Amino acid sequence: MTMLLEAEAPTTTAPDWELVYQRPQTLVDAPTHYCPGCSHGAIHRMVAETIDELGIRGCTICVAPVGCAVFAYKYFALDSCEAAHGRAPAMATGLKRVLPDRIIFTYQGDGDLASIGGNEILHAALRGEQISVIFVNNAVYGMTGGQMAPTTLTGMRTTSSPYGRDPLTQGRPIHITEMLATIPGVAYAVRRSMHSVAEMRKVKKALRLAFQAQMRGLGLSIVEILGACPTNWHLTPTESLDFIRDRMLPEYPLGDFKVDERLRD
Amino acid sequence: MTRGAITIQTDRCKGCGLCIQACPQHVLVFGEEFNARGYRPVQLDERERCCTGCGVCALVCPDVVFTVYRQPVRRAA
Repeated sequence: MTMLLEAEAPTTTAPDWELVYQRPQTLVDAPTHYCPGCSHGAIHRMVAETIDELGIRGCTICVAPVGCAVFAYKYFALDSCEAAHGRAPAMATGLKRVLPDRIIFTYQGDGDLASIGGNEILHAALRGEQISVIFVNNAVYGMTGGQMAPTTLTGMRTTSSPYGRDPLTQGRPIHITEMLATIPGVAYAVRRSMHSVAEMRKVKKALRLAFQAQMRGLGLSIVEILGACPTNWHLTPTESLDFIRDRMLPEYPLGDFKVDERLRD
Repeated sequence: MTRGAITIQTDRCKGCGLCIQACPQHVLVFGEEFNARGYRPVQLDERERCCTGCGVCALVCPDVVFTVYRQPVRRAA
């Protein structure tokens, strides 16, 4: 594919240079609207790479959420549709039932999935729908200006909890992935993080297993990814990675909460 | 050590600096000039150390600005 290259590539055209990495084909060659350092861009890229590697680009449908990732349909070179706020699992259910031979995934943030869409994801899981859910948790409502979400950490300052989230009046953070892992219809429920190179490689592997769970018809698969929101956390991109490691990981431990035995081989 | 090379799509770079922090060889720095969107894009600085083509910059980059190449290790015939 052709790319706009502003930086010169003098030596790389020689035949003895092998290509190690280039933009995945499933990712549209366009600039994203995300803030600098936002994890959405890297997660989009890893989803696109996974789809390329599995060779399922022609039969995959993306269901975009409402939230920062609302334009996901513009960035994936896939058939996509846009769901109402939180209703991506419901729309994915309909798509999968009408087109059972397609791979359907939803891409949702925490305000979308854990708050207004909590009911949708819960009942899609109870029904054991054959869909994959990519759940990006950055502990705030990003698009609307950093308000408190159900996933906001205890004591964390947001624009709607300026004195810090108080558990007495505002409750404690919700652990969606642990909750879904208790449901028999769920085949794969894991939490991953974007705070280091090693963890990002694990995100990629988890996305692959989530799609494979659906391809084998094992049930609903969910990958929760702890992502950075430097703008609404009021931190630099590198500081926000430290915030994930130091503040989010104690509340949201990483791990595999449910992995179907048939996925382990 | 393998020899690597990268190309940087500087008009897409938002200057977040995640690649600068992640690069194991510390060969990425912010450029002096601004791009069309007002960010200072990264550039390769190989004065002290060389790129090995490990691809970590491409892994962490949220804006997919990197293309990574590597020169295969030549074994004695």
